[in-house]
Amino acid sequence: MEKQSSKQMLNDILKRHYEDAQKAKAEGRPVVWSTSIAPQELLEAMDLTVVYPENHAAAIGARKDAPRFIENAESEGYSADICSYARVNMGYANIKHSDAADIPMPDLLFCCSNICYTAIKWYENLSKQLNVPLIMIDCPYNYSYSVTPAAVAYIKAQLLDAIGKLEEFTGRKMDWDRLREVMRISNETAMWWKKATDLAMAKPAPVSGFDLFNYMATIVCVRGKQEGTELFKRWYEELEERKAKGLGPWDNAEEKYRILWDGIACWPYLATTYKILKKNGINMVTSTYPESWTLLYELSDLAGMAKAYGSIYASLSMEYANDRIVTRARNFQIDGALFHSNRSCKGMDFKQYEFQRQLESELGIPSTIFDGDQTDPSVFSEAQYETRVQALVEMMEERKQREAMK
Amino acid sequence: MFLGIDIGSSSSKTVLIDREGAILGSEVVNIGTGTNGVDLALDRLLKKTNVQKERILYRVVTGYGRMTYQEADKQITEISCHAKGVAALYPKARTIVDIGGQDAKAIQLDANGAVENFIMNEKCAAGTGRFFEVMARVLNCNLEELANLAATTTEYVPISSICTVFAESEVISQLAGGASLAAVARGAHVSVAKRVCGLVKRIRVRPDVVMTGGVALNQAMANCLSQELELPVVVLESPQTVGALGAAIFAKECYEKKL
Ligand code: SF4
Repeated sequence: MEKQSSKQMLNDILKRHYEDAQKAKAEGRPVVWSTSIAPQELLEAMDLTVVYPENHAAAIGARKDAPRFIENAESEGYSADICSYARVNMGYANIKHSDAADIPMPDLLFCCSNICYTAIKWYENLSKQLNVPLIMIDCPYNYSYSVTPAAVAYIKAQLLDAIGKLEEFTGRKMDWDRLREVMRISNETAMWWKKATDLAMAKPAPVSGFDLFNYMATIVCVRGKQEGTELFKRWYEELEERKAKGLGPWDNAEEKYRILWDGIACWPYLATTYKILKKNGINMVTSTYPESWTLLYELSDLAGMAKAYGSIYASLSMEYANDRIVTRARNFQIDGALFHSNRSCKGMDFKQYEFQRQLESELGIPSTIFDGDQTDPSVFSEAQYETRVQALVEMMEERKQREAMK
Repeated sequence: MFLGIDIGSSSSKTVLIDREGAILGSEVVNIGTGTNGVDLALDRLLKKTNVQKERILYRVVTGYGRMTYQEADKQITEISCHAKGVAALYPKARTIVDIGGQDAKAIQLDANGAVENFIMNEKCAAGTGRFFEVMARVLNCNLEELANLAATTTEYVPISSICTVFAESEVISQLAGGASLAAVARGAHVSVAKRVCGLVKRIRVRPDVVMTGGVALNQAMANCLSQELELPVVVLESPQTVGALGAAIFAKECYEKKL
């Protein structure tokens, strides 16, 4: 039998992911709503069915179906300044249907505040409104370069507490062997995810970076499942093969410039933002965002796990974030950077001007910022985006020519 | 002969230079993209300089309307063109503040006059020429009168709304409350200056600072901006055509590279 391509696997997995959730609900099994970078290992080990509202909101955004959910949430009194994933999801909790995909209503909420503090209020409100229990894993923001030992201890205690609550919720005991197994799988999946995305360090990159955005939905939802490991392993093999043949990202165009993309994708205009880059020969080879799922830790170690979840880059200081983007820029040999000033996600946006200054002063790399939103289509302007991208190309070209003259 | 065309949102500009780079003439028509403004600006320029269209060797178009203009050999963004134009006229420039009809931008130049970084306003008319148009309407005067009014005083009524629409109603109630026209006019200028300054400071502001774009014709505005930035602000002689001049210089360079 011919091997399935990773693209096919990806589509199958996502389809099954949403179908399984509906099936669980229909059969009376509980459904959990979880934030995207939460310790899903605990839920998976408890054999719970999980869906991810951020993933789902992104899918709705990509279909340009977000405005009616946003309006609904705003009419309930939620401010237009709140993250639009939260507004879409809270609107969805009322409307309960989108052609993009449907998720069953939750029986349990699982929130990890390592991504942002908006998530805390969002989940608390859902819990109150829908009258379902909430398990909160609070991860403090670190003003330090790495997560503090006190924070690790604090998060670990919460993991243990969460296990107790899950046991109570399911009426079953945690199977620690199974948990160890899920931790192993999760690490393996994350490792293949990293290996695959790191292949873009090659010049030309064997992958078009926008694929990262496509594959990201699955690193969120099947990280703890065997099929996740297989998917990313398969993707890695495909890319490795392209790399060995010296192939670039596209069969019909050349990779002229390599850039880093910072921020969440502009889902309603994914195709538009992609095509304008490609038209200019720009390949997005790396991004600061998808790397958040490279969650690696020593197996069978809850403290290690606590540390991994507590030290994703959204939770660490500006100094760490600066070093990380400069290192990334070096490793991936980028010519420029494009910052999505995403109206929704202040936690990512506030760093961008400083990132620009760092890239310029450390490496002489030009960059530009464009306005958009992860789901709200009204924030983005195609003409403005195109002008900024073109100006970036002009800056990159100028520097290339100056280099060549040296 | 090399032609630079700048099609903005509310005006069209053309500049013609010769093989030595000397400016033969320039033209500004106060209607922008989507109109016959660009044709007018070109026709008038050709007449004025007595140059036949056929003698133009290369043309570069820039500005908001550049994508839809068919008759150019190349299109280049207004960011690069402004930098090019300013660097040619005023080599000491390190920061450009350009305020046009519906956008504002700041460009940081390196010692070679190349673009190091730039920043543009968000999707909003605050801090652009459009804000003055709205204010002039409220005060029932034209743009020149608004600028002259503002120049008569240093006292001003602060306008706190960022939103142009809210600022309009804020000003109406200020007037109703007895504020003088001059103080309101000055307030409008300070408001735009503050807004633009907030934008400019996101990049590194280094002297000399040069102001371009239609709004630079307004001396009161240049003064307010200088106060906010706490730096002298240089206004070039024809601030509106700097982008088109940059485009013309690019046209010359592109042509020479081809040879
Ligand atoms: S997009 Fe940003 S603000 Fe919204 S949930 Fe994610 S991390 Fe939080």
